[in-house]
Amino acid sequence: MALSLKEMVKHEDLLTGGHRACAGCTGANILRQIMLTAGPNTVMGGATGCMEVVTTIYPYTAWKNSFIHSAFENVAATISGAETAYRSLQKHGELPQAAADAERMNFIAFGGDGGTYDIGIQALSGAMERGHRMVYVCYDNGAYMNTGIQRSSATPFGAHTSTAPAGSVKQGKEQDRKDLTEILVAHNIPYVAQTTPFHWKDLATKVEKALSCGGPAFLNILMPCTVGWGFPMERGMQIAKEAVETNFWPLFEVEDGVYKINKKPKERKPIADWMKEQARFRHVFKPGNESMLEHAQQWVDQQWDLLLKRETMTNM
Amino acid sequence: MTRTVNQELTALSGNEAVAYAFKQARPHVASAFPITPQTEMMHKFADFVANGESSAEMILVESEHSAMSAAVGSAASGARTITATSSAGFALMWEIVYIAASLRLPIQMALVNRALSGNINIHCDHSDSMGGRDAGWIHHFCENAQEAYDAGLINFRIGEHMDVRLPAMVNYDGFIISHKEDALYMLDDEAAYDFVGPYKHKYTLLDPANPVTVGPLDLTDYYFEHKYSQLEAYPRVFDVAQEVFDEYADLTGRRYGFYEEYKLDDADLVMVILGSSAGTAKDVVDEYREKGVKIGLLKLRMFRPFPADQLKSVLSGRQAIAVLDRSASFGGWGGPVFTEIRSALYGTADQAPLHNWIYGLGGRDFELGHAAEVIDALQKIASGGEVPTLNLLGCRA
Repeated sequence: MALSLKEMVKHEDLLTGGHRACAGCTGANILRQIMLTAGPNTVMGGATGCMEVVTTIYPYTAWKNSFIHSAFENVAATISGAETAYRSLQKHGELPQAAADAERMNFIAFGGDGGTYDIGIQALSGAMERGHRMVYVCYDNGAYMNTGIQRSSATPFGAHTSTAPAGSVKQGKEQDRKDLTEILVAHNIPYVAQTTPFHWKDLATKVEKALSCGGPAFLNILMPCTVGWGFPMERGMQIAKEAVETNFWPLFEVEDGVYKINKKPKERKPIADWMKEQARFRHVFKPGNESMLEHAQQWVDQQWDLLLKRETMTNM
Repeated sequence: MTRTVNQELTALSGNEAVAYAFKQARPHVASAFPITPQTEMMHKFADFVANGESSAEMILVESEHSAMSAAVGSAASGARTITATSSAGFALMWEIVYIAASLRLPIQMALVNRALSGNINIHCDHSDSMGGRDAGWIHHFCENAQEAYDAGLINFRIGEHMDVRLPAMVNYDGFIISHKEDALYMLDDEAAYDFVGPYKHKYTLLDPANPVTVGPLDLTDYYFEHKYSQLEAYPRVFDVAQEVFDEYADLTGRRYGFYEEYKLDDADLVMVILGSSAGTAKDVVDEYREKGVKIGLLKLRMFRPFPADQLKSVLSGRQAIAVLDRSASFGGWGGPVFTEIRSALYGTADQAPLHNWIYGLGGRDFELGHAAEVIDALQKIASGGEVPTLNLLGCRA
């Protein structure tokens, strides 16, 4: 099922260079990896956000396959319309020849955590429930980066953002993250998974599984953001790797309701190791904020335990 | 008038009539979310699909915002696409209503006119449509089920025309037209489809041999030119629409224009109105005509694009003009139809005094006496009497 690196490098890059992503952006890398697996017979939809903005500034486009953007909160609905049009035109024998000849047309919608966890969750939930054959990809960088690093429901506890900053009284985000991946699991769709761009083989495998599952699929992909998280631009992939090693972002998939954790760290690294590399958590390490660090660790451990139980429970 | 096809005289509600028109155009995709009083229209359409009379794929979305978003995705994929809504549903679509027009996607919508909240009210006024009047759609208003059916078909031809490529809505009054059983002539399915013709797209997401990027970020260096090219499309609607109206008249015997003139030729006094109230007003015009009052009525059918040049000539040389608005412009100076007509007539040589009456908000009945009140005022204006420019009709002010 998964492509080998040897095969993948032979594929054409469908997201071309020259786009305006920041130096060190792991989001552009995520999209390139997705397109290397998905190939040219793909209709891609983007929610308003970093990746839409940097890939399509008129009169340029970085997309070699078809791409649509319409608004912030509606990419799931937009792509559900494209997928439905495909089915209808296929039924009526009115598809363009290249689409009719294609072994499979892929329908992918992507959005950041703002467009997915928050403003777009209604359209996402609706599209998943209706059962469109489409893959929704969330690139989760844990804040509204495109508009200036405002907090989202995906922002981790304690993180400094421009709307929930660390000051003399408040110490960053006061809530834990929303577990969107679980919300999507609860839609009982054929395929849900989490991955990161560092784990390229895992990502490629999950993209292919999602595209071929025959129904709606959801991929939550962690996207370390050099600007919003505050780490040196060359460290993005390392930060993604460590997010998995600390259990902050477990690699797992849920196929037809059955959980599989794809990587279980032999020795779990403390979450503080990961946090201290990022400027957004700098204040958490100040004297007096020890309880914040404790809470962050407890939350990660609790989530991991739950995941282990879910895996056990669904594999009995 | 020549009738080149057989038409069946039937009785349907406005909602059913438009559902038939939309079915007969053989759309590929229908996406909608229910809202009173549009519901019955989509129920009827869903029946057509369930019974195999329509081969459309339906997208039963979770909101009107998604209804319009899915319609955009579908139309951008080269599919003939329909939707329907009312009031708050249209308001929820708003953001994407603009995008549909900007992307030049000829989506067809039934807008069953209902008052906007608040307070919540399910009955007719035109605040929904008027709120979206600058979004770039073609707005067709109808007096009865017959006109709604006919406009339902005609809009496909206008909106999808390669010189136009704009989304179009057929507006008909909630409950008054949507739910009233009405007599109308319908084309048979084949004749209707022959008239509408197969769908052609300008671009599609579904052709890997010709990939497109739709809806890119468009900044200071190009956005304005793209709006210019969109602005250019609206004057072209008039020529295209006239051709389509003529063809439809040859086919059915029913001749439409941008407006209907009722006893207008020699009229000194004119009432301008749109929607179902025109029927009531015509009765009162007849009454006053019998008394020797030279009153006529102009029923505006196409509000967008606004037929300013045509109205300039037809409304010139009158003694007094009353514009009736079934929506208010809060904080504005008069209702939207009034300001538009006043603006169109401004500077014409023999401009008659123009007065505005806001009526029928939230489904308040438009009665014969209301039309009479307006005509009485017009007579007073014509004979030099004082009448306020802005007025309310049928409201306990």
